Amino acid sequence: MSTTVTPASPTRPARRLGEARPRYGERIVKALLFLCAAVSVATTAGIVVALAGPTIEFLGEVPLKDFLFGTEWRPLFSPPDFGVLPLVTATIVVTACALVVCIPFGLGAAIYLSEYARPGVRKALKPVLEVLAGIPTVVYGFFALTFLTPVLQDIWLFGDPPSVFNALAAGLVMGVMILPTVASLSEDAMAAVPQGLRQGAYALGASKRIVATKIVVPAALSGIVASFVLAISRAVGETMIVLIAAGGTPNMSWNPAQAMQTMTAFIAAAGLGDQSTGSIGYQTIFAVGALLFIATFVMNIFSIRLVRKYREVYE
Amino acid sequence: MSSTQIAPTSQRERVMGGLFRAALFVSLAVGILTLAWLIFSVVKEGWPRLSLDVLFHFPSSNPELAGAQSAIMGTIWVVGLTALITIPIGVGAAIYLEEYADRDRWWNRLIELNIQNLAAVPSIVYGILGLAFFVRGFLDLGQTVLAAALTLSLLVLPIVIISSREAIRSVPDSIRQGALALGATQWQTIWRQVLPASIPGMATGSILALSRAIGEAAPLVLLGGLTFITFNPEGLDSAFTVLPIQIFNWISRPQEEFHVLAAAAIVVLLVLLVAMNGIAIFLRNKYQRKW
Amino acid sequence: MSEPIIQRSGERHDALADAATASHATPYAQPEPTQQDAVPMEAPVFRLRDVTVAYGGTPAVKDIDLDVQASRITALIGPSGCGKSTVLRCLNRMNDLVLDASVSGEVLYHGQDIYASHVDPVEVRKLVGMVFQKPNPFPKSIYDNIAFGPRVLGMKGSMDEIVETALRRAALWDEVKDRLKQSAYGMSGGQQQRLCIARALATDPDVILMDEPCSALDPISTARIEDLLLELRRTYAIVIVTHNMQQAARVSDRTAFFTVELDEGERHRTGRIIEFDATEKIFQNPADARTEAYVTGKVG
Repeated sequence: MSTTVTPASPTRPARRLGEARPRYGERIVKALLFLCAAVSVATTAGIVVALAGPTIEFLGEVPLKDFLFGTEWRPLFSPPDFGVLPLVTATIVVTACALVVCIPFGLGAAIYLSEYARPGVRKALKPVLEVLAGIPTVVYGFFALTFLTPVLQDIWLFGDPPSVFNALAAGLVMGVMILPTVASLSEDAMAAVPQGLRQGAYALGASKRIVATKIVVPAALSGIVASFVLAISRAVGETMIVLIAAGGTPNMSWNPAQAMQTMTAFIAAAGLGDQSTGSIGYQTIFAVGALLFIATFVMNIFSIRLVRKYREVYE
Repeated sequence: MSSTQIAPTSQRERVMGGLFRAALFVSLAVGILTLAWLIFSVVKEGWPRLSLDVLFHFPSSNPELAGAQSAIMGTIWVVGLTALITIPIGVGAAIYLEEYADRDRWWNRLIELNIQNLAAVPSIVYGILGLAFFVRGFLDLGQTVLAAALTLSLLVLPIVIISSREAIRSVPDSIRQGALALGATQWQTIWRQVLPASIPGMATGSILALSRAIGEAAPLVLLGGLTFITFNPEGLDSAFTVLPIQIFNWISRPQEEFHVLAAAAIVVLLVLLVAMNGIAIFLRNKYQRKW
Repeated sequence: MSEPIIQRSGERHDALADAATASHATPYAQPEPTQQDAVPMEAPVFRLRDVTVAYGGTPAVKDIDLDVQASRITALIGPSGCGKSTVLRCLNRMNDLVLDASVSGEVLYHGQDIYASHVDPVEVRKLVGMVFQKPNPFPKSIYDNIAFGPRVLGMKGSMDEIVETALRRAALWDEVKDRLKQSAYGMSGGQQQRLCIARALATDPDVILMDEPCSALDPISTARIEDLLLELRRTYAIVIVTHNMQQAARVSDRTAFFTVELDEGERHRTGRIIEFDATEKIFQNPADARTEAYVTGKVG
């Protein structure tokens, strides 16, 4: 290596800043991307508009009181009855059956995965739950009708056994389908609970069971409740399982062993019947749809708020 | 002074702890066993008719001759078109929300709230939307492939957006800073650095969204109905059926032979879904970058 | 004059480093030619006057006066959190990326106010290069890392030549010339940082900003990069933020000492420059007691 000092390079000419170009390309890109994002707002607006028009027309012909509180749903009879309660009670019955399965077992699975399972077991089991969630609802409906109902009929102990179409089979299967949602959301909520809380309790001599039930679950409660609310929303909105397995005739009963038609099953059946645009039959699709949308919308917003609340606390 | 002997686990705790653990096990077992029962029953039921006939024959009122070719081709057409529509829009929305949107502005918060809500709207409501605007109403497309694809695109759009956002978010900010410091514009940074780095995550998310679309029947019931389709789609304005609808069709028939056929078609559908999810998982494991 | 407070660290067999040391033997407070320069001092590349940077209305640094000369290394030193990086990021308008940041005062680049309303920050960044604390190569090949800047800027000329020149200037060419198409992530930390330096050089800036470039690197890589800086000084103006006082003493020509103070009647601490002078003076004979306390290690 040479030991002489090499002179510094000659001065470089002073740089000029280029004039700011208006960069229209950037602005166009941003506008296009904004439009893509605005599609979501347009979709919601579209849903509201689609539901509102025919519903308003419908309510012009059928008083709201009769619609909401009437107990007979025979829209295509003459004279027709437009009381939506049988559809609503059917939805409630099926949802209740689903919740009996998905809430305790979903939460149990979540607690197990979050607090008890070794990492290897967890890695193996989570995909299984994802598979459960990914099975098409037609398949679940088929399963309920073809395999679960006969078993229920065989093992039924008291009263009339379930009919071929019944709310119970549909509800139970729906519960299994929703179980992964409850499990996964609850597990997320529990994972967000800081390790410090658990460690403090363990250090005091608490057992795993106590830590899970008295420390972690209460700390994750808003996320867990959010998952329950979302489960209810999904159960209320589910169509194919009830369409296939629960029945096609409105039946205002609280007995899950009977056949009954839920709101969603009615909408699908009415849609299959190919009503002419503007007829009262066509409008019932939208009126019941509006009721369905409002119910699930309220639950969704509630659930979103709850999730936001628990995220804020820990982040 | 109290005892310094370490006591064994109390009797009560052993019982309660054991019971609790058992209860949790049962919870998991319910899901897993039901899944196993479901798959086993469906395969067993559909076994007699599981042959290439199911793939290549067309529906017929004679169960011996019936197959699901029109439904399979219909699924390919509809879901393929759905992918073409929903992926660009979903990725575009994700880029906007992650790279451009200022969270303080109310319209951006409204967009986010909308997406979260739409992800949980019942699928049949999307069918109502499609019925009102695509099949009849504004676009008046009739019961066609295009109307079905537009409807399904809106249905899975929230999933595409949410998973694409996660993929974009996982690209470290230092990459963006490095590109911007070199004098790249925001779009140049996104197009040349952020997007290429987030493609594996986006691909996985899109495949999962399309898996959902393949299995959907409820909205399409309102759009295409249970019409007896015995031909493959010929164009965007073609009438159509899809595999889940065909399965539903066969389930609704009283004859037992059609139920067997339905089970066979379900097996085809499940195999298709397993293949798609397998590809998604493969892509994720192979290309997912650990930053 | 007191004994040198900071000893030069030994083991420098590089001729250029000898030259650098020789130049520091002549202290200067006023801009005047030294042994090393064959060129007279010119107008400063950057001139900051009364610069204040606030985040969300709260000032983070205030009343910054600073000059950056061509062919010199200017070091910004001081304890954590006193705004050194903030000031550095003013020079290429990277502060614009922080949502509620505002900059007041004058930041002149060759006499042009880079914060004037008609100035596009993208254009500023094309003329001023930056190297970050943690090496941040793109997830691409070594070649594409270097080529990204020139491509985006639409530079003319053979890309192969541009890439080779940049890698040579960063003293990296010989190590990577046979694996240009391999991923940049396969390199060691020190190599990655030199790649980032080469990447910044490829767009032909005349100023290089460095935000603690060696803090994530081992001592050997650090030494190599410091050697590189002394070489690069001949062509570029370099501004380096560093926590390592010895590093500032080793490589820089001028040093600005920052600290954080709670002013009378104010509720927030704001960063300020306490002293800005020739490096030799800052370390051997500082004018301010706070500077002396910091460089002698009395305060952190």
